[in-house]
This record gives sequence, structure tokens and C-alpha cells, in this order.
Amino acid sequence: MARIDLVDLAHSYSGNDAAPESFALKPISMTWRQGGAYALLGPSGCGKTTLLNLISGIVTQSRGQILFDGVDITPLSTEKRNIAQVFQFPVIYDTMTVGQNLAFPLKNRGVPKAEIDARVAEIARLLDLTPYLSRRATWLTADAKQKISLGRGLVRSDVAAVLFDEPLTVIDPELKWQLRSKLKALHRELDLTMIYVTHDQTEALTFADTVVVMHDGRVVQSGTPAELFDKPAHTFVGYFIGSPGMNIVPAEVRGREARIDGHTIALDRSYDVLPSGAKIEIGVRPEFVEIVPPAPGLLSANIERIDDLGRVRFARVRVGDAKFAARVPPGFSSPDGAAALKFDPARVHVYADSRLVEGAL
Amino acid sequence: MKKTVNNRAWLLVAPVMIVVLFSALLPMMTVVNYSVQDAMAENHFFWNGDAWFRDLLDPSTEMGSRFSGALQRNLIFSFVVLLIEVPLGIALALALPRRGWTVGPSLVLIALPMLIPWNVVGTMWQIFARADIGLFGAALNGLGLHYNDTQDPVSAWFTILLIDVWHWTPLVILLSYAGLRAIPDAFYQAARIDAASRWSVFLNIELPKLQRVLVIAILLRFMQSFMIYTEPFVVTGGGPGNATTFLSIDLVKIALGQVDLGNAAAMSLVYYLITITLCWIFFTAMTQLDMLKEA
Repeated sequence: MARIDLVDLAHSYSGNDAAPESFALKPISMTWRQGGAYALLGPSGCGKTTLLNLISGIVTQSRGQILFDGVDITPLSTEKRNIAQVFQFPVIYDTMTVGQNLAFPLKNRGVPKAEIDARVAEIARLLDLTPYLSRRATWLTADAKQKISLGRGLVRSDVAAVLFDEPLTVIDPELKWQLRSKLKALHRELDLTMIYVTHDQTEALTFADTVVVMHDGRVVQSGTPAELFDKPAHTFVGYFIGSPGMNIVPAEVRGREARIDGHTIALDRSYDVLPSGAKIEIGVRPEFVEIVPPAPGLLSANIERIDDLGRVRFARVRVGDAKFAARVPPGFSSPDGAAALKFDPARVHVYADSRLVEGAL
Repeated sequence: MKKTVNNRAWLLVAPVMIVVLFSALLPMMTVVNYSVQDAMAENHFFWNGDAWFRDLLDPSTEMGSRFSGALQRNLIFSFVVLLIEVPLGIALALALPRRGWTVGPSLVLIALPMLIPWNVVGTMWQIFARADIGLFGAALNGLGLHYNDTQDPVSAWFTILLIDVWHWTPLVILLSYAGLRAIPDAFYQAARIDAASRWSVFLNIELPKLQRVLVIAILLRFMQSFMIYTEPFVVTGGGPGNATTFLSIDLVKIALGQVDLGNAAAMSLVYYLITITLCWIFFTAMTQLDMLKEA
């Protein structure tokens, strides 16, 4: 039970003297509140596992501090940090039964036997492992093993946070849903801080109430799933979250207008002061660009192909040099591929050097 | 599903069958042939039934007592070799560096003894262990220990065991090292989070994960040590007395020294059956251990 603060935390695997740009984790400061469900989302190599391993103490940071309830725990070893961690592949002790596996962290810490038994029974009940308690863990399925890994973390009553490092990688798709809802249920029941590392946006968005998106060793945005979807703070977030990702197109922006390929698109807000020399782009999600028949005053486009996703259809279109994904309304068809794009002005964002610019109303 | 029958496929297997026939089956059948016949002068062979075998397996006969004595020495030798080499090999594998530039040189150094041919190993140690001029033997005597590998049975056994440990522990080390490197880091990290002690990590993570490679290591080391020949032949000549006369040494003496083909053939077959039976027992016991525990 703790609030976790990261203060100017940074890490380089080649030592503190390495060039700042080569750091696996660039300096970040943020707060994880007690009882929150967080997801660290980003592509492979973005530094999310590094961040997780710094918190659990498997890796010691090059710079900065990690505070648990205001106390710097940097000098503490992994086993003293009261952290539970669930790894990508299930870690179980082959020699032990399920019950002994669950009891192991408590036994090592010298907890009295009666208390161990009570905790193990309690956690086994929460994880539906009670029928397997006296079975050897080696012979169970991957998802049961992953539950044991999780159980070994939860069994300690003093756990400050549970860290998950892509825990569902080896689980079958159908069981993934079950296990994920189990995690959500546990989160509600036990009031634990949970930090969940994943590169799968569905996992992140369904599990967490705060999603932290990482890119190239930096946190680019942290917010609720809705915030990430509606207002990506960085072009990377727009592109990475959503399927298909956000359309990001170079444009000239002046006042309440953006110009692409000589055509003007209306904006909801006014952008009078943009950083000079910065690369200006507009970003709009495919959901808010509609394909319509060609008409004067609309941006004309050529449809390259249409992807039918079942409930919705998205068209891949070309406008001059720029490519767009756009929503195809039901019943629309265009034999020669000629079409026009209609934008929802409130949903068109402006980015300067990949960062969101807030326009004036 | 209907399977296609195509007897021409036998042609593909035939070359291997022919090689095996000449390399294993025919020599083996020759031995079987000798084991049930006796020979008079001028290569006149006649049927002798199971007499050689009855002789061999009855310790009250001369051949029987030689056989049971050598067999006991073999069993004791292999047992001691496994007892020393397996734990030592695991311990050294654990002590080896896991990463960095020291890994390569360490592994090469450790593998070196295995690259030396048996005969050379024997000759090296024969000189090395000499009580008068050998560096090892003379040094032990210089320290006031009574050591002479050609006159004292204890010294002789100690020397042969030492040679085998020096020559073949590297195999156990390399196999165990490979097994240890195959354990994902997550296991060690989880153990740290669970506050497991070093000993507990060894017992609950490393040893179970090493089980497969250890089965191979134990089988290989058992078979090779049970067939030991060159080292005692070169270093002690089977002596002093018959203290280091193992089955293979006695077998060569009977077959080539005394040209007693019937006895030698019967002994070869029994020796061979004992080796594969023990290997089968080892293998079955070690692979079935888990199933038994679960049951």
C-alpha cells in the first residue's frame, strides 16, 4: 500500500556517463497513486520494462529517485521493496505443489505457519486455485501457472504494488479475457496499485484507468483511455493507439484554417502563434474523417482500398502525396475510386514538432 | 487416412542397414558364436552350450572369481566417479562467469582436458605420477605422504580416479553450464522478489531445470567410466596385483593374452548386457521420477 513517486528517474545500461540520448529511460518524474490501475504502453524497446525493473529493484537506476510514500527506496534490495512482479513467462517452482508455491514468499520471510495457511487459502480462493492446492505446479496449464505467479505476489499482505510485465503473452486469446477480468476484479477487491506493461493497446485500454504511453525512453502522454483517444498529446500516441492509427499529415496552419494540397480545412480553434521553424502537422482520427461523394468545396481523394472490419469500413485514400484512412459510411460505393473527405473540425488537432498545440477558442 | 504403401522406400534405408550389419551385427554375432563353442587345435570348433557362461557366473571357479572381482571394481569405480564428477561439475558450472569477456576463455580452458586422447592422457599421467621423477608423485612424497601408484593399491586407485575426474568433469561442467544458461532471468528475479535464499534457488529452480542435462551427463559418464580401459592400462597396467584390473583390462588379457576366445566372448556379452541394463535402469529411473512423484 503506497504511493510511488518517480523523481528525475533515468537509466542507461552503459553507465551514467553515456550520452543523454542513448539512455534507455530518459529522465521522468511522475506519481503513481495508491490503488491505481496503470498501464505502461509502448512498442518493444521503448523503455517500459526498464522502468518496471527499476521500480522492483531488479535494475538500479543511473539517476534520480524512487519514493514509496515519500521514502527513497533506492538503496533497498528487491526483496525488501514489498513489490510483487509477474513476468512474461510463468515462473513457478517445479519442485513444489501449488500451495507450497504460494506459501514460498511468506515462508522465506519467516511468517508464522497459521498466518501462512490463512493467506494461502484466501489467495487461492480469489484466484480459483483452491482445487489445485496440493497438486504439483509443473503439470498445470500456462494460465494456471501465471495465476500462481500472480498469487505469490498477492499473498504478501504488505505489497506496495503489483507489477506486470506483459503477463498474458503466452496465454490463449480466450483465456486472456478471463484472466484480464480476474485482474480487474482483484484490483477492485484488494485496493492494490497495479502497473501493467504491455505493447497491446487493447490490453492497456481495458485494464487501466490511467494509461502511460512511452516512446523512445520517454513518457509521451499519461491519461485515461478516452483522453488518449480524443486528444493525443504526441503524434506517436495518435498513431500507436487506435486501429487504424491517427492520420498525421503535414499542413500549413494559419488562424482557423489548415491547408493540405492547396485545399483548406476548417479548424475549431484558432492557431495564431505557432513555433517558428517547427514541423507543423495536423492529426485526425480515421473515425472523424468521412468518405463522401466528390463535391465542390471538399477535399478530393482517390480510394486505394477499403478494409472491412465487420462493424465498420475504413478506406485508405490518397490526397496528393498524403495518405489518409477514413471511415466509409454504410452503403457508400465509388466504382472509379473518386471520393472526397469530410472532416469533423472539432476533432482535427494541430501538432508542432510532433507535440500537440492547444488552439485558442 | 489411407497410407500409401511403397516398398521402394526400403532402398533408402538399405545403406544404413548394410553399414550397421557390418559394423555391429556381424562382429557381435561372431562373439556370440565364440561364446557357445570351444576350439581344439587347427581351428576345429565344436558346440559347448552354455558352459562358458556357467563358468563365468559361478564365483567359485577361477574365471568366475576373476570376473566378479573385476565387476566389483568397475561398479565401485563408476559409482565413485559419478559421486565426485556430478556434484563437482555442477558446482563449477555455477561458479563460471555468466557474461562478459571471461566466458570464452573460461570455457576453452575447461574443455581442454576433453580434447586430449586417452592414450596421451595415460602417458602424461604415467610420467606425472611417478614417485621418483614425476612432478605430482615426487611432490606428494616430498610432502611426506606415502605415494606410489605402481606399488600401493590406494595410490593406484587415487591416481586413476584423479585422472578420470580431471579428464571428464569438464563434460559435466559444460552440460550443466548450458543447462543453467537456458534458465530465463525471470526465475532468478522472481526468486529475489520472493526473498529466496541462494540454497533455495539452487534446490527449487536450478536443480530441477538441470534434470534433463544431468540425465545425459550421468548416462555418458556412467557408460564411459564403466568401460574404462586406457588409463589403468597405461598408468598402472591393472596393478599392483589386480587392484586396478577392470573388466575391460581382464577381457583383453583373456582374449588377446591367453587367446581364450570362449571365455572372452562369454565375458564380453555379459559385460555388454550389464552396461545396457544399468543404463536402462538409470535412464528409466531418472525420467520416470516426476511421474512417480505426481502419482
